Amino acid sequence: MFEISPTEWTAILLSLRVAVVATLVATPLGIGLAWLLARHDFWGKSLVDALVHLPLVLPPVVTGYLLLLTLGRRGLVGSWLADHLGIVFAFRWTGAAVACGIMSFPLLVRPIRLSIEAIDRKLEQAAETLGAPPWQVFLTVTLPLALPGVLAGMVLGFAKAIGEFGATITFVSNIPGETQTISSAIYALIQTPDGDAAAGRLVIISIAIALGALVAAEWFARRATARVHGN
Amino acid sequence: MLRVDIVKQLGEFTLQAAFTSEGRVTGLFGASGAGKTSLINIIAGLLRPDGGIVEIDGETVDDTARGIHVPAWRRRIGYVFQDARLFPHLSVTQNLDYGRRMNRLPDDRAQRERVIELLDIGSLLDRRPGKLSGGERQRVALGRALLAKPRLLLLDEPLGGLDEGRKLEILPYLVRLRDEANVPMVYVSHDAAELRQLATQIVMLREGRVTSFGGVKVLSPTGR
Repeated sequence: MFEISPTEWTAILLSLRVAVVATLVATPLGIGLAWLLARHDFWGKSLVDALVHLPLVLPPVVTGYLLLLTLGRRGLVGSWLADHLGIVFAFRWTGAAVACGIMSFPLLVRPIRLSIEAIDRKLEQAAETLGAPPWQVFLTVTLPLALPGVLAGMVLGFAKAIGEFGATITFVSNIPGETQTISSAIYALIQTPDGDAAAGRLVIISIAIALGALVAAEWFARRATARVHGN
Repeated sequence: MLRVDIVKQLGEFTLQAAFTSEGRVTGLFGASGAGKTSLINIIAGLLRPDGGIVEIDGETVDDTARGIHVPAWRRRIGYVFQDARLFPHLSVTQNLDYGRRMNRLPDDRAQRERVIELLDIGSLLDRRPGKLSGGERQRVALGRALLAKPRLLLLDEPLGGLDEGRKLEILPYLVRLRDEANVPMVYVSHDAAELRQLATQIVMLREGRVTSFGGVKVLSPTGR
């Protein structure tokens, strides 16, 4: 029963690739934004905060449609990118990564922000008196101490990215081998008369990936926390 | 030399202090709430004065009239806080090395060994701050500040968080530091006995103002 077909493999590998790329690209941005929101007051901060959380409350299909309007071939940004840099997101796996990155962004940013807010600013001051310029304070004190939060954010973001469906299928459709992730493959399979077995296999695999991610997150978080608390 | 002439409004509280000290150890003495920590934070550059001048070793690090404010990280000061503030994610060795790395100073093994020996922290080097006692933490914090090769060492009640026994454990190290390390210090305390042992000059603060300035004799009731 558990013979994974080449099409299913393709969807599994594509899902992993999309989620990994989305998480890796979103993480530095998420860290920067979390730091900005945690440590600075600036004009329009609540607006930025709201924008970050928007994908969490908008229907995914709306986010996908907005992406199609902006980053699509005829979109404002999309046409410029295609004409000037030759970058196309629409109906490509990279577009799926963009959609997944945006959808998972709120989940990625939140734990990082919380862990930065929990860091005693007195430690950052101590670093400053020892001659560390602001960027070094960030790299040598803030970031290492926020590491458990960063890892938690990455795992949550990855889990969300690998399961993303609505925005992805709206923005890049459901093309086997290019944009068909596990979720969209399952969706296609349960609409075909004899697709139940294949859908079942993919369901089991997504459960396994999700569990694996959670276990890994727990392990990383425990190690990082022990490290941060000086034990 | 340290020259301070500043004004700082902190809510309802006005800190207005002026003194010039050539002493090896300048003691800032006063009850809690007298403005000692705010004053030392201004010297450190962690707090910006509303008006006035701060000069360390001939360099103007604050001059509001000329718009000068050198940030803390460029002041080449060492700061020992009451709560040690060791970096919990770094080992004792890495903590000690932090200031040298940040200031891009060359590795000075001889000085490192001297400081480690002076503070008797050689057996702690591989440990994490979480595994140290309060007194050990404070000694490591002293070493960390010293190894950044500061031109002025600021100590904000470094014995404040310790019980009597621990205080007596650290005090001799501070005396050795004063006599051997050759770095001028500003020492904040509300404990006259501590300052009598350590300070060479006293700045007495009350409610944000300097009420007296002079040798340690200003600490004795008859000297008032």
